[in-house]
Amino acid sequence: MSNSKTFRGVNYHPYAPWLFLTPYIIIALTFFLYPLIYAGWLSFHQTDGPHSAVFVGLDNFKFIFSDPSFYKALKNTTIYAIASICIQLPLSLGLAILLNNSQSKLKNLFRLLIFSPNLVGQIFVGVLFSVIFTPRYGIFNIGIEKLIHWGLDTQWLSKPGLIMPALIIVSLWMYVGYNMIYFLAALQTVDKQLVEAAQIDGASPWQVFLHVTLPQIRPVAVFVVIMSTIGSYQLFELPFALLKSSFGVDQAGLTIVGYLYDNAFNSGDLGTGAAIGWILAFIIFVISIIQLRATNSPEDK
Amino acid sequence: MNTIHYVLIALFGAYFVMRFLIPTSVFPRKIKVSRAYLAAIFLILAAALVITPFVWLVCNVFKDQSVLMKYSFLPPISEWSSQTLNFTNFTKLFQGEESPQGTVYFWQYIINSIFLACAGTSISLFLTSLSGYALAKYKFKGRGFLIFFMAGSMMFPAMLFLAPLYQIIYKIHWMDSYLSLLIPNACAVFGIFLFRQAMQGVPNSLVEAARMDGASEFRIYWNVMMPLVRPMTGAYCLITFLGNWNNFLSPQLYIQTHAKLTLPVILNQYLGLYLNEYGVFLAGTLLAIIPPAILFFALQKEFVAGLTTGATKG
Repeated sequence: MSNSKTFRGVNYHPYAPWLFLTPYIIIALTFFLYPLIYAGWLSFHQTDGPHSAVFVGLDNFKFIFSDPSFYKALKNTTIYAIASICIQLPLSLGLAILLNNSQSKLKNLFRLLIFSPNLVGQIFVGVLFSVIFTPRYGIFNIGIEKLIHWGLDTQWLSKPGLIMPALIIVSLWMYVGYNMIYFLAALQTVDKQLVEAAQIDGASPWQVFLHVTLPQIRPVAVFVVIMSTIGSYQLFELPFALLKSSFGVDQAGLTIVGYLYDNAFNSGDLGTGAAIGWILAFIIFVISIIQLRATNSPEDK
Repeated sequence: MNTIHYVLIALFGAYFVMRFLIPTSVFPRKIKVSRAYLAAIFLILAAALVITPFVWLVCNVFKDQSVLMKYSFLPPISEWSSQTLNFTNFTKLFQGEESPQGTVYFWQYIINSIFLACAGTSISLFLTSLSGYALAKYKFKGRGFLIFFMAGSMMFPAMLFLAPLYQIIYKIHWMDSYLSLLIPNACAVFGIFLFRQAMQGVPNSLVEAARMDGASEFRIYWNVMMPLVRPMTGAYCLITFLGNWNNFLSPQLYIQTHAKLTLPVILNQYLGLYLNEYGVFLAGTLLAIIPPAILFFALQKEFVAGLTTGATKG
């Protein structure tokens, strides 16, 4: 049997693994590698729908970098990403700690309830919240009115200054539970003896968290921060459903992917779309590297 | 001052009374108990805030147009009747609409979505687990490179491929075909790695024993491996099902025939169509949330485990 391979003395056909991997290889070549190269080629061409392509050199990039809409999209997306990290992640961590310390039998139920919005796709959430934010009728406006006597008539989705806060509020509702699940999983691996030792030494809960818990959940925290950033920079469906394809008054809810969609599919210029795609990939790549560097622990250096 | 204020004052007031006014001699464990009490309040408030939109949604789809604006949730029980609470929104939703290809009923979109989510999940489950098995249990030249290639491919954001993929789908004549929705995402690297990791945990001796008994390589994968990684299978199915069910961009871009559209695309269109009849598209949204919710509550343990495997190990 010269045609067979052995693994610990048992024969098997050497092509077996390759045969199993064939579907992946075909799909990866056609729908990953080829489009990747094609995106590079396309970004130097101007197209009119999928029919024609004319070489334009760096014109697509020149156009993007001189387009005020691009900077608006970049600003909005960055605000959203910063809000995700600075508001949403601390809340997720806080809830995870509360759940982790709780001895209640309802713990599991709370975890499920807080996670549940994540089951609903961004489009459905957008449809739902476009009614929830309705002046006078929407439950969000009514709730705010009952609580602080303001906001019953606030038009969250048609005032430029309120569109980003509205998006951030919706994403908070959607993703706070999702990140909480990761923090909760990390907290469950924290060494309980270390925590108890610190408590016996008289450390306050805050000190225990800062010096015992946080260092141990760092790898997961870094992972969550980077994944949140990558996800935030690709925000599209939520503003698309909430604000329609115009992305709100004055494009106040335009995101980078929204800008990409608008150029590639509303204006029909796939070349510019591909160029924006590369710029987005570059931005995400650079930010991830910076975050990885910034969060490196002293021991790793 | 209204009910919300009174409830909040009562909840937090009880904490301050317990924590600061009751002397420790009377209640020695007061610090521990008051801390647990405060934690419980925050958790209950968080959970209440999170589920309010769902409760509101359920209440509103059954309300008649005449009382829609009058009450935020349900009308008081004394006013319950078929005039205030009924299925009008659903009847309107299911009455069918004209399209260039004839009348399309809402049922059609539900069936399309269910079909696509199930087919997409089955194909993806089969292909990713097969690839994961090849990478977990065989030693062959090029394996290291393949794993490196896959890990590298995960670095590129999906949105980079939006424009070139559109052109490719157009060129291979997959426009308006479900192939364009099912195939490009069928071999998610994330799934391959998930299965590889789970299958590496299965002892080699099991594979070898099956091989010595004369089982074919495919049989080993199908009859030995797959039953052993069932928890992972459940998690992966749910994650993929949700991804397919909620997929908006691909059908929005690739599908033109009205009768082939899926729920996310059509509900987004209804948003503009039924401007003042919120109840109608809210009813559609409620129906669109139910299937994933049922699956989730059936598989929630596996789901959470699958979601966090990659993050907490290593």
